Amino acid sequence: MLSSGLTLIFSMMGVLNFAHASFYMLGAYFAYQTGLFVGFWPALFLAPLLVGLVGAATERYGLRAVHKFGHVAELLFTFGLAYVIEEIVHLIWGRAPVDYRIPESLDFTLFTLYQTQYPAYRAFMMLVSVGMLIALYFTLTKTRIGMIVQASLTHPDMVQALGHNVPRVFMLVFAGGCALAGLAGVLGGNMFITEPGMAFAVGSIVFVVVVFGGMGSLIGAFIASLLIGAIQTFSVAIDLSFVDVVSALGISVDPDSFWYGGLSITISQTAPVLPYLLMVLMLIIRPRGLMGTRES
Amino acid sequence: MAVDRSALKLTGVRKQFGSTHIINGVDLDIREGERHALIGPNGAGKSTLFNLISGRFPLTSGQIQLKGQDITNQEPQSINRLGLSRSFQITNIFPKLSVFENLRCAVLWNLGYRYSFFKRISALKDARESADRTLSLIGLEDRREKMAGELTYAEQRALEIGITIASGADVILLDEPTAGMSHSETDAAVELIEKVTQGKTLMMVEHDMGVVFNLADRISVLVYGEVIATGAPSEIRNNPRVQEAYLGTQLEDEVSS
Amino acid sequence: MNAVINRSRFVLWSSVAVVFVLLPIVFSGGFELSMLSQMGIAIIFALSYNMLLGQTGLLSFGHAVYFGLGAFMTAHAINYVHDGGFAFPITLMPLIGGLTGLGFSLVLGFVTTRRPGTPFAMISLGIAEMVAASALMFTTFFGGEGGIVTDRTSGGAVWGVSYGPQIQVYYLIAGWCFVSMALMFAITRTPLGRMANAVRDNPERVQFVGYNPTRVRWLMMSLAGFFAGIAGALATINYEIITAEALGLMASGNVVLMAFIGGIGQFWGPIIGAVMVTFLQSALSNYTQAWLLYFGLLFLIIILYSPGGIANLVTMHSPVVKAGLVKRLIPSYTRAVVSSLILGVGVIAVIELLYRGTEAIGVSPLVSWLTALALVLTGAVMLSRSSKKVSQLWGELSPELAKWS
Repeated sequence: MLSSGLTLIFSMMGVLNFAHASFYMLGAYFAYQTGLFVGFWPALFLAPLLVGLVGAATERYGLRAVHKFGHVAELLFTFGLAYVIEEIVHLIWGRAPVDYRIPESLDFTLFTLYQTQYPAYRAFMMLVSVGMLIALYFTLTKTRIGMIVQASLTHPDMVQALGHNVPRVFMLVFAGGCALAGLAGVLGGNMFITEPGMAFAVGSIVFVVVVFGGMGSLIGAFIASLLIGAIQTFSVAIDLSFVDVVSALGISVDPDSFWYGGLSITISQTAPVLPYLLMVLMLIIRPRGLMGTRES
Repeated sequence: MAVDRSALKLTGVRKQFGSTHIINGVDLDIREGERHALIGPNGAGKSTLFNLISGRFPLTSGQIQLKGQDITNQEPQSINRLGLSRSFQITNIFPKLSVFENLRCAVLWNLGYRYSFFKRISALKDARESADRTLSLIGLEDRREKMAGELTYAEQRALEIGITIASGADVILLDEPTAGMSHSETDAAVELIEKVTQGKTLMMVEHDMGVVFNLADRISVLVYGEVIATGAPSEIRNNPRVQEAYLGTQLEDEVSS
Repeated sequence: MNAVINRSRFVLWSSVAVVFVLLPIVFSGGFELSMLSQMGIAIIFALSYNMLLGQTGLLSFGHAVYFGLGAFMTAHAINYVHDGGFAFPITLMPLIGGLTGLGFSLVLGFVTTRRPGTPFAMISLGIAEMVAASALMFTTFFGGEGGIVTDRTSGGAVWGVSYGPQIQVYYLIAGWCFVSMALMFAITRTPLGRMANAVRDNPERVQFVGYNPTRVRWLMMSLAGFFAGIAGALATINYEIITAEALGLMASGNVVLMAFIGGIGQFWGPIIGAVMVTFLQSALSNYTQAWLLYFGLLFLIIILYSPGGIANLVTMHSPVVKAGLVKRLIPSYTRAVVSSLILGVGVIAVIELLYRGTEAIGVSPLVSWLTALALVLTGAVMLSRSSKKVSQLWGELSPELAKWS
């Protein structure tokens, strides 16, 4: 879901948003805060809206001003923004993780698969993500607004000449992308911990997913997120090390040798590196990603 | 005694983007020292053809030969090093470098300086002199130190041409060199083009019929990705297919003016 | 004409050298010496980064990788010397760092410089993450969580120089800094340096004058890696410890900040940025928890209002000085500066209040909040008015200034 928001922004405006994960984080924090007052379910709707508003403001006052300086400047702006949002979160909510929980109504195990338990909450998350994606797809391709947005992407001047307020469209798209991130935050925040570092933890993976799936393609992002998610989960679970692999081939490795350090790494330990490795490989071999439509 | 050699030869060149066929089998043979103009209605594929020749896009099929050598699908820089240079329809200069430095960059490779990072560039006399020579040729001496991005449109177009010829290439492709120019600017540009392409092979895309009929030795007409006629200006003028393609009016107007 | 330029350059560089030599006499305290040493390292690092960003147009988010790898390799080399493995003077250790950086940037750069712009930025990010993640895997080389410790006095004293005292380390750093600065500056004035600028401005055009932009980028990347490695080696010598943090995203992000705030459009911009950021980081972090926030805000402000950084702010005024119009700017500038000060103080007050609560000052919460907010409001209003005046003034002056630019 995070990835679809980022893809949306990127494909629409050609802006790669570093701060996207920060909006994710804002979503989680807003949800927590509003949840304290009104409970989980209303927060589910309120928080993304709030994040969307913040996104809109960012676009209007920040991004727009920087746009004329080029893509590099935009990238740097969102980069700085990520720093600032993180620090502001520190400021308001402190550095320790915040107690944001899964609502009791959803806190049970749905089924178990290969000794891994599958919580109902994850199913809920899946449901919402898929629902969001479908809604997004339909909005973009079938409704009038969707058409305008798509047209503004490739022919902003023409669309403006036809009387539509293109800057506002951009702002809407950006806000929409951020709101999606916020929604992801609402859902993810209680599954994983809600703390100031969460943006960075998630941010890079999101980039990997977007780049891997292809910049500009929602379907690609979806597939990629599933793929990467699977790799991450399963590689952590697999405890084979290269030593095991190598010895299966009949070669034994002396524990004192220099290579042992490297080979005794288990696949589970390489888990953090795998997504990035994949992304770098993908960027080198096929910069458009799996199903991308734009390279840069 | 000059042998009549082929400078640029296109055989069966085709290009499609996805399912859109832009170039549908083009055969052209441009002789050495010739001034050849490529005209045609908008969307006929003239710029695409240029891009194919200069290596910017790969061909879908066909062959391109430069002075007898096959340059099909080669990288732009290799093609350039073999002696073909081009200008761009949308001015393509180095905006944050001075006019002089723009020209100097264009001569470096030819003088053999490659990727050297241990020679002081200000000490390279031949580079400086070559750039200055081109500078006076295009008449921008008084703009030598100005940042290229700050020149007027016509000056930038002149610089564009300067960069194109600076390296001493002998096959020059000019893509709409007089686009967006006023009458006087166009006349100055035509004079410049004539001056700098002395003894070289020139191929240009142009919409301004006055310029075309003034400069060109031969004209090819490109319509929907195919060359429907090639020949001397007078032949083209009277060619019924060409007149039809242009709906008659523009050609006749220009011819009568 | 060239002779005049050469002479003034000579004077400039000699004065820089003199300043480097004399600085410790003015700033002789331990803390100050440390900071000067840090600045020296940062200058080399930031300048090497600008070879990529300002000169070749390559936005890299992973430059610290070469810094870190150079640092780690140097640490191992020093330890090897310590254990009697081979004799190699500490003074020349940065070469090892540089060569490590060069080696890795040659290899990694070959693959990554094929695509410019945003894909390059993404790849650099990916590689940075990859290396940082693998740092925790290859514990023999990277020392795991604790990093690698080293003793900079290994190998004994040569001509009385053991690098035990900080002042000796400072001069080592200053020396390498001067040499690196000179070399990097010289590179900008070579065919490669100029073509790198051309690639930055218009990579496509570069192809059509016979150069392969990828090759240019790759070479610049390798050179930048070399100097980053030197900086890393000096860091190892200075701190006597190196951890995986040094190659992480924070470090890479830091150098982006330094180069950008200083100004990527001029060679000397990143020098200013490096000095400023290092100073602020050390000084500010002692006073406030919010220093990173201030940095971020400063960064954002610079991007929004002066993307050329401080260097641009300076060069933008040179026509004014040449035209002798400085006096006309003074009144409105003073007003603008005063209002931004007020606004700044107000914002700082708000942030600090949020962080520390109001007990710290001893004034009642209500008063402190009201004052802070009042400052913010007045400052903002005054600033918007005075900045309008300033732009107006610039508009009026521009025809005269055009003659001088």
